[in-house]
Amino acid sequence: MRAPLSWLKEFTPLPDDVGAITDALNQLGLEVEAVEEPGREIKGVVIARVLGLHPHPDADKLRLVDIEFGVGETQVVCGAPNVVVGMVVAYAGSGATLPGGFTLEPRKIRGVLSDGMLCSSRELGLGEDHDGILDLSQEFESGTDICEAMGLDDVVFDVSITPNRPDAMSIIGIARDLAAHFELEFTLPAPVTGAAGAGGQGVTVEVLDAQRCPRFTARRLSVTLGASPDWMQRRLSLAGMRPISNVVDITNYVLLERGQPLHAFDASRLASSTLRVRLAADGETVTTLDGVSRALTSADLLVCSGDDSPQSIAGIMGCAAAEVGEGTTEIILEAAYFDPMGISKSSKRLGLRSESSARFERGIDPNAVIAGSDRAVELLEAFANARVHSETTDQYLEPITSPEILLRSARVNAVLGTALSLDQISALLVPLGIACISQGSENTMATVPTFRPDITREIDLIEETARRLGLDAIPRTLPSNPDHVGGFSRPQQERRLVADALVGAGLSEAYTLSLLSEKALESFGYDASTSVSLTNPLRAEESLLRPAILPGLLGAVAFNAAQGNPDVALFETGHIFRRPVGDAIQPDERDHVAGVFAGTRSGRPHDVDRPVDVYDAITAMNALTDALRLSDVRLVAGEVDGLHAGRTAIVFVDGSPVGHVGEVDEPTLGVHSLSSPVVAFELDLGALLRAARLERRYSAPSRFPASGVDLAFVVADGIAGADVLATLKAAGADLLEEIRVFDVFRSEALGVGVRSIAFSLRFRSSEKTLTDTEVGEARARCIEAVLAAHGAELR
Amino acid sequence: MNLAEAISSLEAASVAARELLAAVTNLAAVEEIERDFLGKRSVLVSVNEAIKDFAPEDRPAAGKAIGAYRSEVGALIEAARDGMSAGEAAARIERERLDLTIGGRPQERGHLHLITQVQRELEDVFVGLGFQIAEGPEVETDWYNFEALNFPPGHPARAMQDTLYVDLGEQEQVLLRTHTSPVQVRVMESRKPPIYTIMPGRVYRRDTLDARHSPVFHQIEGLVVDEGITLGDLFGTIDAFTRSYFGSSIKARFLPSYFPFTEPSAEFSVTCIFCEGSGCTVCSRTGWIELGGCGMVDPNVFKSVGYDPETVSGFAFGFGLERMAQIRFGVDHVKAFFDDDIRFLKQF
Repeated sequence: MRAPLSWLKEFTPLPDDVGAITDALNQLGLEVEAVEEPGREIKGVVIARVLGLHPHPDADKLRLVDIEFGVGETQVVCGAPNVVVGMVVAYAGSGATLPGGFTLEPRKIRGVLSDGMLCSSRELGLGEDHDGILDLSQEFESGTDICEAMGLDDVVFDVSITPNRPDAMSIIGIARDLAAHFELEFTLPAPVTGAAGAGGQGVTVEVLDAQRCPRFTARRLSVTLGASPDWMQRRLSLAGMRPISNVVDITNYVLLERGQPLHAFDASRLASSTLRVRLAADGETVTTLDGVSRALTSADLLVCSGDDSPQSIAGIMGCAAAEVGEGTTEIILEAAYFDPMGISKSSKRLGLRSESSARFERGIDPNAVIAGSDRAVELLEAFANARVHSETTDQYLEPITSPEILLRSARVNAVLGTALSLDQISALLVPLGIACISQGSENTMATVPTFRPDITREIDLIEETARRLGLDAIPRTLPSNPDHVGGFSRPQQERRLVADALVGAGLSEAYTLSLLSEKALESFGYDASTSVSLTNPLRAEESLLRPAILPGLLGAVAFNAAQGNPDVALFETGHIFRRPVGDAIQPDERDHVAGVFAGTRSGRPHDVDRPVDVYDAITAMNALTDALRLSDVRLVAGEVDGLHAGRTAIVFVDGSPVGHVGEVDEPTLGVHSLSSPVVAFELDLGALLRAARLERRYSAPSRFPASGVDLAFVVADGIAGADVLATLKAAGADLLEEIRVFDVFRSEALGVGVRSIAFSLRFRSSEKTLTDTEVGEARARCIEAVLAAHGAELR
Repeated sequence: MNLAEAISSLEAASVAARELLAAVTNLAAVEEIERDFLGKRSVLVSVNEAIKDFAPEDRPAAGKAIGAYRSEVGALIEAARDGMSAGEAAARIERERLDLTIGGRPQERGHLHLITQVQRELEDVFVGLGFQIAEGPEVETDWYNFEALNFPPGHPARAMQDTLYVDLGEQEQVLLRTHTSPVQVRVMESRKPPIYTIMPGRVYRRDTLDARHSPVFHQIEGLVVDEGITLGDLFGTIDAFTRSYFGSSIKARFLPSYFPFTEPSAEFSVTCIFCEGSGCTVCSRTGWIELGGCGMVDPNVFKSVGYDPETVSGFAFGFGLERMAQIRFGVDHVKAFFDDDIRFLKQF
């Protein structure tokens, strides 16, 4: 809502201090988005008339222009082609200042002295037009300051109105709040209109849906179409509306001033003097004023003429058929109150918002409809030569009354943390038009005017009290409750631990969008049809909810590669979405963690560079399972779409699969134009956080010496190294303090289909120094177990 | 050999040892000199053996000469030995010298995403103020995202948030949450007051990813419900957290606003951290930077979760993490948070 200061001042004597008004509006919750002072930089530019034109002696394109500017005459040199004798122009004489701080001085142009200049629209900062000088209305008097003549001396407050304040979508609403704030008188003069002409034809109104249209008024007037007065055009322009004709401008003027939308139909273009308000039929189409044909449903409300043909989508936009325009001599003026919800739904569904619908959908004052109509008639009589033909037809079956709400001062203070007396509270509310009648010393009965449909409950009155009091006046305190303790839950702490472990393992955290394209998913081997899709995505790239994190992370790898950074290590934690389980209507939403390594792992200058391999992914994964102290993590060779079939393992925790680790396969890399290897893991983080943990219990480190034993076995390729390791662990039992794989190789000497795996074992007792015999026995048990369980050979 | 001969041969040996030692270059040579001049076949031994044939009156002088020789040459050898081993140690250090300035192995630590860092810091601030943390699903029902929060169907405030709907259930019933506020409802449904909880999380709007918008972003919601909670408590809490996060010179300002699920409602801003309130381009010359919305929980919200608004009261607030990070670290492009450019990630 754009509110010119001069207009606000018609209703309350506001100060000229723009800063104070801006602060007041902000404190009232009418947030000022911008303050415009169009004429602030223009000084000394006046209205002038062109008296004569002469050619320039030395330039074909320049002319000498004689002008008269009220207090004198002079000559300027001008290059504009549109100057003609009698034209009214903006003259900047020497000493005048233009936007940008440019001050004029007399100077010679091609040898002829020019006493200042004539201004174009652009030179005055009024628009972009610079093709010719500004052609002003003949009604302006020579010598008048341009700012005064054109209203450029006004200040416009661009105010953002929250959806709960329909009253503030009008000049009077904003003025009322400001008057209360500055403790000034607020006056709303009652419109003065002439008597209805005797014997004129009235308007018949048929409201077929009183629920959707609680009030509908109409009257018939004769008018003389023309231009509206300059001051009105100026105000409309400042408020952001384009002047059209006196009749249309006046309806818009009243809409802005009173917040009452009006509609004027050309009476001669209507079939009869009847207006019928009815619901549209499903599939009925109308062409609105903007020339668009619109298909309606039975939820849309129409105002129709007597022959039932639609003349407007009620409260939203008129139809082209009965538009006021050239040749209009009689109008039917509609002023109504429509059900806010109905307007809101229709406007949203049609994707059609107008100044009218924006007010109706928030809820205008149903009891100010006639006042709005009267104000329009008052202006039409003054500026469109209007005569009213008949009394107003007013269909208002069930008048909407002002609600009465009990307001308890104790409640006000309990909610706000204040210590206001009932008198203080009433004094804050009364200037807003809220009548307060005390009920004893503690409570008051508040009667809320119908222009404030947002106030229906005690809490709404408490909000008004706070708003009027000023939020800065509320004492700031900290709540505390000795019975309440704050802190992180264990899963919350552990999620931090997981991220920290991966950061420690060299991975940086990525945030990818949780929305993906079908293509991105299918490139990773997912069946998009089993994913959860959006009904109204803005772009195909964001039409599915991710069923896994890896496809998005691979996109991040590709993005970095395209920026010349192919070597990255990234991880992400976040929600993934699968189709609902059982009767659920929400997706199966899980917390996942995924990581990728791409390109080259740099070792230089100390070690060699090497391409990433799947063991990098396992190392990172181990960092996180270790941080969580998971007690049972196993890898089992497996296959996963998008990953290399021979280099993929399923991760089992406590015997259940929780994710996978592997190398991204060639075709998937190809889709993302990646040429170097990418390895990855993805795990169900929720499952990890619920998994069994190693006990956290002290056991004293043994102080006896350890004995190291290395064992190498030749094992068939089909046998997993992890299984051999598990066998050794079991056989070594309590004496086996540590075991690790230290070498794996194949060779011709070993033969085809087998490999050598070497283990380094460390035996130690917590009770005594182990003898050579005891170590030898333990060693033998281990060897025997592996030979028996895996058909391996000791090397 | 007589005394004179003995003395002169010791002196000669002494001079010879001195000359040889002056020229030695390694420890082995020093040791060889020691053998030659103090060892079993040295002049020392031959003079010692000759003494018994000397006149008795000459013997003390001879002994004295031997003692002098031994201590002089011994000292020379010790000095040479010290010199040699220090030199060798120095040589070894030179041989083993490494250029540490080239840095360690390229085993880099990773980086938490800036939004995670901001979120953690804010979580820590609120935990310090006695808050707990709660989470909720990102795909919500219309009930949790709107209706329970006092946004009835067709309510104009729904238009403030452009919603992405999910193709599940009845039309427009399942959606991507447009704010973290539905978690408020879930927290209140699941337990009784007192509630002092913040709810960080990912939210969605129907927007295109560009400099100022993203279809995905992050918020932190706060909720306090207890007996006797006031608007003053809300303002004091926001005051405390903004000062704790931005610094003690930062002030919080509240202006009335409107949200369906709070009443009274307010927007909160903090002193512009760039101009400290004097007005600059970042704060549009207002001296204030708008951070988020807040208010007292609307009685209708309490009713939808079965709380009695006459016995408990509460406040809620919410703000965007991207905005926090943008203000604090000067990130001028929202898209940067989601590109995952490694050069961006490594900056923080």
